[in-house]
Amino acid sequence: MGRIVELNNVTAGYAGNVVLKDVTLEVNDNDFIGIIGPNGGGKTTLLRVILGLLRPYRGRVTFFNGHERGTGDIIGYLPQINQIDTRFPISVTDVVLSGLMSKEGLLGRYSGKQKKLAEELLARMGIYGIRKKAIGELSGGQLQRVYLCRAIISSPRLLMLDEPNTFVDTKFETDFYGILKDLNNDMAIIVVSHDVGTITWYVKTIACVNGNLHYHPYSTITQEQLAAYNCPIQIITHGDVPHTVLETHRR
Amino acid sequence: MIEPFLDLLQYRFFTNALLASVFTSINCGIIGTYIVSRRLVFISGGITHASFGGIGIGYFFGFNPLVSATVFAVFSALGIEFISKKADVREDSLIGIFWSFGMALGVIFIFIAPGYAPNLMGYLFGSLLTVSPGDIMMMMAVTVLVSGFFLLFYKVILFISFDQEYARTHKAPVQFINYLLISLVAATIVLSIKVAGIILVISLLTIPQTIANLFTKKFGNMMAISVLIAFLGTFAGLLISYNYNIPSGASVIMSLIFAFIIAKLLSILATGIRVRKTYLDGTEKPNSY
Repeated sequence: MGRIVELNNVTAGYAGNVVLKDVTLEVNDNDFIGIIGPNGGGKTTLLRVILGLLRPYRGRVTFFNGHERGTGDIIGYLPQINQIDTRFPISVTDVVLSGLMSKEGLLGRYSGKQKKLAEELLARMGIYGIRKKAIGELSGGQLQRVYLCRAIISSPRLLMLDEPNTFVDTKFETDFYGILKDLNNDMAIIVVSHDVGTITWYVKTIACVNGNLHYHPYSTITQEQLAAYNCPIQIITHGDVPHTVLETHRR
Repeated sequence: MIEPFLDLLQYRFFTNALLASVFTSINCGIIGTYIVSRRLVFISGGITHASFGGIGIGYFFGFNPLVSATVFAVFSALGIEFISKKADVREDSLIGIFWSFGMALGVIFIFIAPGYAPNLMGYLFGSLLTVSPGDIMMMMAVTVLVSGFFLLFYKVILFISFDQEYARTHKAPVQFINYLLISLVAATIVLSIKVAGIILVISLLTIPQTIANLFTKKFGNMMAISVLIAFLGTFAGLLISYNYNIPSGASVIMSLIFAFIIAKLLSILATGIRVRKTYLDGTEKPNSY
């Protein structure tokens, strides 16, 4: 168990507009954090800050390698799938191999061993059969798995997923979260979602991002907590069947 | 058929034109695949027309217009990239500004230059048959640069082009590679002006790639096939240009468009046959995962 990354009083935004205010968060090995919150609340911005894609206005992001300050290339990342141009001429295997970019130099080709690793991952996700296809020929669920392979091929310590359940059917969603639960044995996971009902069934802790960040060390949230933090979502609780409880409707 | 062609090879201007076709096809096949895959067709059009400013400057100050056009095009390309990133200006509007600015500058310099501007039509519509040995040396230099760079950095170019943001999370030198590639795009465009002309050169960067894309969905294969198709198109265009005395740009593009129509028909036919074979005779199920 060790710290992976620490955010201290981070304030960030775009073109001078503050989206995230004074956020502090610590991510440790084997964490499984669900990030919820309203649209425009800063969920994706938080991921971008951790990934180093967005420099915060104030505050500090520190990575740890063991207990030393480390580098940021220990993260696997699965972006929102509608951000990628699927008509780009590239094969599934090449997409997966691109996850090794920072471990390999900029020159040369991939070794047979690395190609085999990519194929093993694809087989593990049940999509070995499509390895030679162009990404434009895949369904949403297949694409999602390909990007997951790309995110984990470098064996990252932290896997971050941005809305992985968009455009995906319910059957696949269950499989997908099952896969994540397995992966969580080897790496910490942060998953952004607005589908509160499903993710709270899988994650260990929840962070609600709505400008500020409120960390809940459990995967259930009460209405009082939400009201206090101004998070406009439902209450969540777990039984034999995961369910959400709505507040009594006021007339 | 072969005889008259062999005769043509005895003429210096024809072998020059042939060499120019080879180098231009390699440059345009590779760079065009990058342009089409990354959807940079509009910025390439902008760079092409902006380079006319450089041609005007060359005329006015009396040096090889292709040299000044290359310098001008590279700076326009870098300018568009840089300003749209740093200053809050929309990229496509900026392209429009550079596009018209270069053309205006070119017109002004050509009009105030003393005397009649020879070969102006050649720069606008292409003039393969008047390629000079100096032009060929420049084309070859760009070919060495382009093919060397793509051979060496193929992997990182592919990954950055496919998903810039993801490449950035891996600390890849995205901005540096982008600037380098857009400079190579500018150099390729200017050195292809002799073949297709400013107004028509964009076709060499898009039609072969579109044809190649009908048959392959892989970046590397697309480059190789595009080079081949670009060469066939320019070669056919060269013969037509020679025989009927029309600007080579127009004849090259007509050849390429003709090839595109044939290829499209072939691919429709092939898809039809494949679908019939795969699904209708029931030997193979449509594969899912």
